[in-house]
Parts: sequence; structure tokens; C-alpha cells
Amino acid sequence: MRRRRTTIRDHHAESALFGRRVVVALVIVVAVFGVLISNMYQLQVTQFQSFQTRSNDNRIKVVPLAPNRGIIYDREGRILAENRPVLSLEVVPERVKDLPATIAKLTDLLAIEAEAIERFERNRQRERRFEHVILLDQLNQQQAALFAARQHEFPGVSIEARLVRHYPYGESLTHALGYVAKINQRDAQRLKEQGVDANYAATRTIGKLGIEGFYEEQLHGTVGYQQVEVDIHGRSLRTLAIEPPIPGQDLVLEIDIELQRQAQQVLGENRGSIIVMDPRNGAVLAMVSQPSYDPNWFAQGISVAQYRSLLDSRHSPLLNRATQGGYPPASTIKPQLAVVGLEEGIITPDTQVWDPGWFQIKGVDHRYRDWLSWGHGWVNVNTAIVESCDTFYYDLALKLGIDTISEHMTQFGFGSLTGIDIGEESAAVMPSRGWKRARFNQPWYAGETVSIGIGQSYWTVTPMQLAVATAVVVNKGERPVPRLLRTIRDAGIELPAVHEQRAPVQLSNPQNWQIALTGMEDVVGSIKGTAHRAFKGATYTSGGKTGTAQVRSIGQDEEYDAEKIAERFRDNAMYVGYAPADSPEIVVAITAENVVGGGSSVAAPMARKLMDYYFNDDAEVADNAP
Amino acid sequence: MHPDHQRTSLLQRLHMDGPLLLALIAVAVVSLITVYSASGEDLGMTERQGIRIGAAFFAMFVIAQIPLDSVQRWSLPLFSVGIVLLLAVLLVGESSKGAQRWLNLGFITIQPSELMKLAVPMAVAWFIAEQGLPPTLRRLAGAFLLLLVPVLMIAKQPDLGTSLLIASSGIFVLFLAGMSWKIIGFFAIAIGSFAPILWVFLMRDYQRQRVLTFLDPERDPLGAGYQIIQSKIAIGSGGMEGKGWLQGTQSQLEFLPERHTDFIFSVFSEEFGLVGVIGLFALYGFIIFRGMIISMRAQRVYQKLLAGSLTLTFFIYVMVNVGMVSGLLPVVGVPLPLISYGGTSMVTLLAGFGLLMAIATNRRLIHA
Repeated sequence: MRRRRTTIRDHHAESALFGRRVVVALVIVVAVFGVLISNMYQLQVTQFQSFQTRSNDNRIKVVPLAPNRGIIYDREGRILAENRPVLSLEVVPERVKDLPATIAKLTDLLAIEAEAIERFERNRQRERRFEHVILLDQLNQQQAALFAARQHEFPGVSIEARLVRHYPYGESLTHALGYVAKINQRDAQRLKEQGVDANYAATRTIGKLGIEGFYEEQLHGTVGYQQVEVDIHGRSLRTLAIEPPIPGQDLVLEIDIELQRQAQQVLGENRGSIIVMDPRNGAVLAMVSQPSYDPNWFAQGISVAQYRSLLDSRHSPLLNRATQGGYPPASTIKPQLAVVGLEEGIITPDTQVWDPGWFQIKGVDHRYRDWLSWGHGWVNVNTAIVESCDTFYYDLALKLGIDTISEHMTQFGFGSLTGIDIGEESAAVMPSRGWKRARFNQPWYAGETVSIGIGQSYWTVTPMQLAVATAVVVNKGERPVPRLLRTIRDAGIELPAVHEQRAPVQLSNPQNWQIALTGMEDVVGSIKGTAHRAFKGATYTSGGKTGTAQVRSIGQDEEYDAEKIAERFRDNAMYVGYAPADSPEIVVAITAENVVGGGSSVAAPMARKLMDYYFNDDAEVADNAP
Repeated sequence: MHPDHQRTSLLQRLHMDGPLLLALIAVAVVSLITVYSASGEDLGMTERQGIRIGAAFFAMFVIAQIPLDSVQRWSLPLFSVGIVLLLAVLLVGESSKGAQRWLNLGFITIQPSELMKLAVPMAVAWFIAEQGLPPTLRRLAGAFLLLLVPVLMIAKQPDLGTSLLIASSGIFVLFLAGMSWKIIGFFAIAIGSFAPILWVFLMRDYQRQRVLTFLDPERDPLGAGYQIIQSKIAIGSGGMEGKGWLQGTQSQLEFLPERHTDFIFSVFSEEFGLVGVIGLFALYGFIIFRGMIISMRAQRVYQKLLAGSLTLTFFIYVMVNVGMVSGLLPVVGVPLPLISYGGTSMVTLLAGFGLLMAIATNRRLIHA
């Protein structure tokens, strides 16, 4: 009631105020129209001549041309990624009179699957009505012929030819090579922010992972333009000028695809990873991660069902185990720990430790078991590596302390990215007191240091870090950055990739390297060595270290029986090795997940097969090695 | 006299304002003629545009029948529903072309920001009318708050163009309500001094590029500047009398991107020349003038404010679109009202005119 009274009372004043404001608004409206008209006058009358001339000259249409993506080769010149011409059936929805009827007719004619129609409908919502939408990704010869004969019945539908990325070796190299896939909204936004979206005016796909993603800039090339003269009806009369697209640069990888396939075969059905690297310059000759998947699925446009099958798989095929898998290193890091112990003066080459089959921290009941339950007896640093004595390392680790171990191991590259030239990499974990405080807000316990001595507890490494850390020992301190790229080929010129080195590990007594190396050679050469049986009768010399990582902790009185426990709780078998022993050309790092057996019975024989192949069957590779 | 009286009363009963209706129909005819030409004489597209226009006029007719008291009473609830929907869009909306604007309700996909184009001026007008004119400083602050929430939510989608249009529709209400010139001046200065901050700190590199391209399209004639250069060539080469319907080479030869949507004014100018442009402006001017008359004649404060704001927002559409295609303003993706090809903005605009019609005829009912 009160409000209404106020309204009535003020009615006249309100109307007057409102009226004044309307007048002001109308004055502004008139002024703006004045500006608009005077601008139109400028354009259409004052500058008419100049615009008329430009309009008449404007019989030239500019069409962007996509550059051909660079080809990827292996070190022997075998093609790993190429571009194949593919025909696709495309629809411009705006030009189709009755879309559902047309789709139905085409479905009958070309036997298009329901899934393709679904994808088309989805893409159609996203695209503008006058843009091409792909209905059928890859037409086979028969479909192309069928459609061509009746094309006149389908206005707005046409066959377009385009190049599609093809990976001839399929799933063998997916994790190193990566793949290209359709440019999505996020990619488009990123290209825009980098200011290179104009260069992608005619490009449909972009490198997503691996080499394809990392070297996108080199592989893509530069967009070209075609100037076409058109008649008054818009028909092309002739091409006036072409600024041809500049193809992307070709890449030659350090990968040897035959060695890669051999490594894949050696790993067999096991999940895990194999890396073969040249310790001298970090060149990655093979990088296997299993299970894998077919990159062509992505390049050709992956279906929802296919993608879901990859995502939902318990075995995570999308994970690049070689660079992203975090594994406990187990005994494979014993050579490095020996070097650290010698360097810190905790042990000498002659230090002897008694191993009764277990280790105890003074005043604590818990027994840390040696893998050999009756013990190794008296062991020194050499026998500790050769026989992989755990007790020796429990003792050494406890004496060194976690922070000293962590500090040194960081120099070997653990806990940080190796810097390999793909984007998918994890730093894994090199634990320390500070790390545990930050991660769990808990203090570090001495018992955990004991486990660190045999590469367990919180310590995880990627197989690539393991290969690098082994190379550091082999190189006596020099730490290479792993490289997949060998050269870039640009218009016939070969530009070698830069092989980087990280800060080397420097010892006050370089002799200590030799102690670790002799130990590793004895792992293979000595009758007591854990890889002796695997390498019996080899025609080359080599060194190595086995490792068997517990995936689940075993109770104090529990017996471990691989056959009986669940598959995913079985041990991981590991091996790191190098050959030839006197001047190493290759380092291998092998990880096989959840196997029956361990480093010496499963992983070492794999390394043997691979090295046999490298040094015997493929002499050519050995000769060509720099 | 007699037949004339008969006609008026029929329109009256239909809740239609004769002059406004005639002008809107005239613009719709211009739309069909221009879309036919801009689409490359595509009858299918022209037909679809015709159907949309029909649907939009029907929406206008239906809305014009709603009693204004209900409209006023439902202003705030409608606004609240809009806010909830905007929130839903931000949380679970469907993205298209990098922006999240659509909401899938299962049976229909809606764009809540379109609803807000009407709900915001309605809510602000209701809020101001609660107290009377001119608004106190506290009322004004409240109104700004009411306005700011949806504007920021839409800007976040991100849809800067729409959020600015909605902001201006609310500000028009406050302006017409008699917001003091001091405050207007203060905001003008504040916005003026905000521009350099925006440029240096808030804009991304590509956005700066866009502004630079607007200032000098020739610096990137094949890339970002292409559209605006081609648009100016289309307009300029139309000359005084135009090249004639269906004869515009710029549009017919497809040099002009988005010629049937945002850049349809360039097609019109090329084919009908300055004469046609002035004719179209006269039509638009008449609609705006008529809208302001309706707002002046309205008896309730709420109706005055709403009618005035809707009309001025319509004017802003015209100004921004014409300014952008003729190179006076940066390209922001606002369609030419009632003419550009496309359904959503057509329906929203004519729904707004439905409210205007209701306000116009309501007055006469009281007089009668």
C-alpha cells in the first residue's frame, strides 16, 4: 500500500525525469546514426573508386594449402611414419536438402556403420553448417567407385582426397613415436596463443605424443597459399600463383626398428620395458613398453569403443612404462651404491661383512632377510655385487644414511627427468627425509634406510633412469641425456641432433668406478654370478646386474611362492647390462612385471638374447655404430 | 473513419502495436531478400530463415498476450532461474567451439545467456521500480550487484560479447531511471582508466593481436585482417546505388566470410548501396523511435524502464554490428538484429518486442 501511494505521488516527477532521459538517449541515437552514415558515406561515396578497383581486382581467391608432414625414419633409413593418400566422403550439411534421407540412402549404398553415422552427427553439431563434415573416414576402392557413379544424386556430398599419417610398424614403436590425431579445441586454443594458428589453416591433425608431439614444429612445415582466379560465378578459371607449402622436416631416429622388434619379441607377453641405449652419447636404439596399442587408431580417428578399451584396460597400455613407469629398482642399483659407499669411505675394497642370511638393526628384533636364506658368509664389495648379497647392502645403507644416499643418487639421475626428447616422462621418486616430511608429514625411520639398500621402500625409478644410471657407471661419471632423434633432414641437408650431457658424477678416487665395473663383469663372468648361467657361452664380454623387486611386502614368517600368489603381486624381474665389457657400445635396461622367477632367471636371459642379436645376427648395426 | 477504427481495435485486441509491427515485418522481408542473396541463392536456407522468422513472430505474439502485472511479478523469479541455469552451464554445460554456453536438459538444449537478455533488464527494472525514480545510491549499488552476477558468469563461459550486451541492457535501465550524471561521469572515467590496465595485464597476446588488427587490418591481409578488408571492399564498392540484388561480386564469389551471418550487412550494402543503407537505417531508426515513444507513454515505472531498455539494447545491436563490419569497431561476433541468418537471436529479439507490444497495448487498454 505504501509503495503504491509513493508511486502515485511521484508519478508526474518520475515521468518528467524519464522523459528527459529518453530525450538524451534519442539525441545519442541520432548522433550515432550520424556517425554510421557518415562512415558509410566515406566508404561508399568518397572512397568508392578505390574500393571499386579493389573489388574488380578481387577475382582472386586465396586457398590455404596444407604442408606435407615430415617423414620419420629409423637409423637404417626404414620408414617409421609416412603419409598415405586416403579418400573420405564429406558432407556440407547446408547444401543437402534432406539430410536424414541422404544419410539413409548413403548408408544403404556404401554399407556405412552405425558408429560412423553417430560420429558424423556429433561432429555436425560442432561444425558450422557450411563446413565439410566427414561422413566416412576411409573409402575403399569399391565404395569410391559406387559413389562416383551416382554422385549426381547427392548434392552437397563429395569425395575428398587427403593424406593420413600411417605407422607401418603399428604397435611396435607407439610409445617412442607417439601419433598424430585430429586437432581438438585445446590444441586450437594453444596454437592461437602461440600465434601459429594461421600456419595450421589447412591442417587437420597434430602430433599428440612421443616424437610426433615433441618435434611437431619441425614435422609440420609451413602452410602454402594458392591464388585462384574465378569468374563471375565463382568457378575457378586458372591458378594464378602458388606459394607452395613447405613440407615439414624429415626426422631420422636413433631407433633401430629391427632391434626394437627383437626387444619386443624378447619381452614376449610380459608387461614391462626394454631399453637399449648407447652410453657414449645417449642414443636410444630401442625403447619398448608393453603392452602397447596401434597408433594408427588415433591417426585415422579412434572410435569411442576403441578408446574406451585402451582406457579401461587393467594393464594400462597408454602408459609409457619406459619413461613413466615407476618401479622399485631392487638390486640393479647395487653397483652405484657400492661406488657411493667407497666414495664416502664407509667401505674399502677389502671391507668384509658377515652375512648369516639376515640383518638386524642393533636393539631391534626385526630381521631383514637376505634372498639367500642360509647367508653368503663373509662378503666384500665385489662378492656383494656378484652374488647380490642383501645383508652387505643393508649394512652399507644404514651406515650411509638416507640423505647421503639420496644426495649421491640424485647425481646419477634418480628422482629427476632424464630429459629424453618426448613429453611423456616421470621423475619417479628418490626419497629423502625432506621428501617424506613433505609427502606424508612423517619422520624417516632407520628401517626404511635399510630397505633403500636393496632398492626397495619408497624408492622408484623409471627404466630410462636405470639405463642412464648404468651408463654413468660405464662412462665412469659422464651422464648422457637420452636422445631418440639422430638427425633432422631439411631439403637434403642432414642436421645432427645435439647430444647433451648432464653434470658428471665426480669421484675423489676414480679407481672406485673400476671396482663397480669389475663387480658387474663378474656377475656375468664369475661362476657365482647371478647372470652367469644366462650368459654362458656368449661370444662377447659384458657386465650387468640382476634385480628382483618385491611388489608386495612379505610377512616376517611368510614364504614367498610365485606360483600361488595373485599375478599382480608377483615379483618384477630386472636386469641392467652393458657390452662389450672393455669398450661398451650398448647399455640395456630390462623390466618385466609380475613374473614367475626373478632377475637372474627371467630378465638376464632376455638381455642375453638381445645382446646375441645385436652382436651376431645384426653385424651391420655393430659396424655402423659410431 | 469507421474502417480505420475497426482495424485499430482488431490490433488492439491482438495486443499488437500497428506501426511497430509493420516496421518489424518490413525488416523481416529485408532479411529474407538478403539471406537469399548471401547464401548464393539457396532456397533451402531462405526457407529455413523464413520458418525461423515465423516462429519468432509467433513467440512475440504469445508474449504480447501475457498480462504485464504477471511479467513484473515474475521478473525476479525468472532472473533467479536464469542464474541457476548459468551456474549449471558453468558446472555441466556442453562446450562448443571452446566456449561453454549450452545446457542439455535431456529433451532440449538451451542457451541460458539468451534468457538473461530479457531477464536482466526485467529484474533491474523491477528492482528500481520497487522504490521509484530517481533511485537512491543504495538502490543503485544493489542494482549493479544484481547486474554484475550474470554478467560475470556469462563472461566466464567465455562469451564477452553477450555479457557486454547484457551489461548495457541493465545500465540502460539505470540511465533511464535517472542515475545522476555524477555517477555516470565517475564510471566513464573509471572505465577509461581501466583500458590501459586491461591492455597490459589482462589481455592475452592473441587478444592484443586482434585489437591491433582492428586498428590496422592491412598488417595481416591474408590472416586476421582478411575478413574486415573484404567487408570494407564489399561496402565501398557498392557505391551510391549498389550493384543490384544478387549482383554483389564480393559476396557471390565468396570472398566474404560469414556473409549470411555476422557480415550480412556488407552484402546488403554492396548490393543496395548507400541509398539502401539509409533506407534500412530509417527502418531501424523508426523501430527505435517507436520503442521510445511506447516507453514514454507507459504508465508504470517498471514498464517505462523495461520498454526503454529493450529498445536501446536493440539500438546497441545495430550500432555494434554495423560498426564492426564497416571497420569502426573490432570484430566481436554480434549479428545484425532481425536480418542475420540464425534462429536464437531472432527469437530473443522478437520476444523482447513481444514485451514492448504488451506495454504499448496495455496503455491503451487503460485509456479505453
